[in-house]
Amino acid sequence: MTDAVLRLAGVEKHYPGSGRVLADVDLTVREGELVAVVGASGSGKTTLLSIMGTLERPSSGSVLVRGHRAEALSDRGLSALRARHIGFVFQQFFLLDASTVTENVMTGLLYAGVPFAERKRRAEQALLEVGLGHRLGHHPADLSGGERQRVAIARALVGRPSVLLADEPTGNLDSRSGDGIVGLLRELHSQEATVVVVTHNEAIARSCPRRVELRDGLVVSDC
Amino acid sequence: MGWLSRTAETFVPARLPLRDVVRVAAMGLRARRLRAALSALGIAVGIASMVAVLTLSEASKADLIAQLDRLGTNLLSVEPGQSLLGEPIPLPPSAPAMVRRIAPAESVTALVLVSATVRRSDRIPAGRTAGISVQATELSLLRTLEGRLRDGVFLNPATARYPAAVLGAVAAARLGLSRLIPGTEIWLGGQPFAVVGILEPLPLTPSIDRSALIGRPIAAKLFAASASPTQIFVRTSPDRVLEVGDVLAATANPQNPTAVEVGRPSDVIAARAAAKGAFTSLFLGLGAVALLVGALGIANVMVVSVLERRSEIGLRRALGATRAQIRVQFLAESLLLAFAGGLVGSLAGVVASAGYSLARDWAVVVSAKLVVAGALLAVVSGALAGLYPAARAARLSPTEALRSV
Repeated sequence: MTDAVLRLAGVEKHYPGSGRVLADVDLTVREGELVAVVGASGSGKTTLLSIMGTLERPSSGSVLVRGHRAEALSDRGLSALRARHIGFVFQQFFLLDASTVTENVMTGLLYAGVPFAERKRRAEQALLEVGLGHRLGHHPADLSGGERQRVAIARALVGRPSVLLADEPTGNLDSRSGDGIVGLLRELHSQEATVVVVTHNEAIARSCPRRVELRDGLVVSDC
Repeated sequence: MGWLSRTAETFVPARLPLRDVVRVAAMGLRARRLRAALSALGIAVGIASMVAVLTLSEASKADLIAQLDRLGTNLLSVEPGQSLLGEPIPLPPSAPAMVRRIAPAESVTALVLVSATVRRSDRIPAGRTAGISVQATELSLLRTLEGRLRDGVFLNPATARYPAAVLGAVAAARLGLSRLIPGTEIWLGGQPFAVVGILEPLPLTPSIDRSALIGRPIAAKLFAASASPTQIFVRTSPDRVLEVGDVLAATANPQNPTAVEVGRPSDVIAARAAAKGAFTSLFLGLGAVALLVGALGIANVMVVSVLERRSEIGLRRALGATRAQIRVQFLAESLLLAFAGGLVGSLAGVVASAGYSLARDWAVVVSAKLVVAGALLAVVSGALAGLYPAARAARLSPTEALRSV
């Protein structure tokens, strides 16, 4: 059996005032999987992703990242865990506009304790891997939406995380650029990367080997 | 299961080296250059004014002390004192001769105040005497006061017996005599006196600056000047000033030593040097207010920056930054701003005060200690200004920060 990269057991999440967002979620993501989490707006997809990425703690239940029990870790411990094991890609890219593409990707290694020269070398390598070898010194403003998301993916991957969590990665892109990003994620998957994509786009979900559907905070299908 | 065995492993965040902290902070400032520059300017103005005030006060004090060294502190003055009832007790006519007998007294001059007025000419109304006093002097005055003539000659045994006068620098200016034209006369005590010389200013004895000096013989002849001196100046050997000062009163008036005022004119300049401190505190206070405003400017910019950069904070937390690292990043930004402002301000303060010193003919004082202190003070204000915004940034939860876009 392949090792579990992420394991959620009986995860619930309540917000004061807005009630239950996630209910009794059991989910295991194994090494090398490409999982699509789908659901309508407000179904709890993003909250699930935040909990998987330890950005948020569940109200109850347990989260294990590479076997490490997240609830047992302090806020500092969770930060270190994220730096080592989790890569994030967001719909809004979240690139630093005043920094170059390379500097942006280097930020992905800053909190993992990698020295400057090594950060630079690995950032350039990661940019080559996502097809942006010709954009190293450019600023995000010089890039197209698709290229910006590739920079964000390079930043997420540069630390070789155990899992890449992508929250609506094509949400801000036209369909052509979106296809390019999906193609890139699939390519990463083919290279054994573990990827979880949260999306409301059924086409993307269908193209993933595994599809988890959420409705009102409940996992209604996992196939 | 394999993953259960790993739960005991601890996660310790990697330490961010100082170089990376500075790099990240500089990156943050680079993104908002104009705002960063303007807020650093606030600190720079505060530090510049403080450095300039302190440097200038040092320079002017140094100038006064240099002046003191130049003029010497070995001049003493003897004046008549007062009785218990406030009546003046004149010095005995023999006082100058007695004082001359004190061995370390190198030069002694007695002056007698003459009751006469001075006008530029008899056409000037009698009331307009310009506050110039007339003093009958001995010929040793210049030597005792180490004075110099700006123009003409001093009194000599011959001119001391004739209506001839030497004017102090202020008296000459008040009479409109910037330089001496041969044959110049003034109206002194109701008759013309030839002006034979004009003195350079005497900083230790401003009363001489405001006087018209005439010879003792002519004063006695024309104005029946008293024989008892109204002022005696004594130049002593520099290392025996205090000893001479101690015996002066008893020597000048052995019968009534308590009715003698002994003074040291240089004390006035020394006091003035000390008084510089009072103004310094005032300007320093103004500098501190400017610095405070600068620090508030930084605090304001940083608070706004935290609000604007919530998504960046969220992203950094997602990438693995701890709360402490976020706090350090924002604190480092305000420290960097303040340090840059402090450095620029210190240098500007030094340049400004050097320029002013040169314009005033003072020695240029550059205190490296002050420059360093200025930059440090700026850093401390930056730290204080950055504390609250940094704490605010660190308090943001990652999801809250990421959701704010």
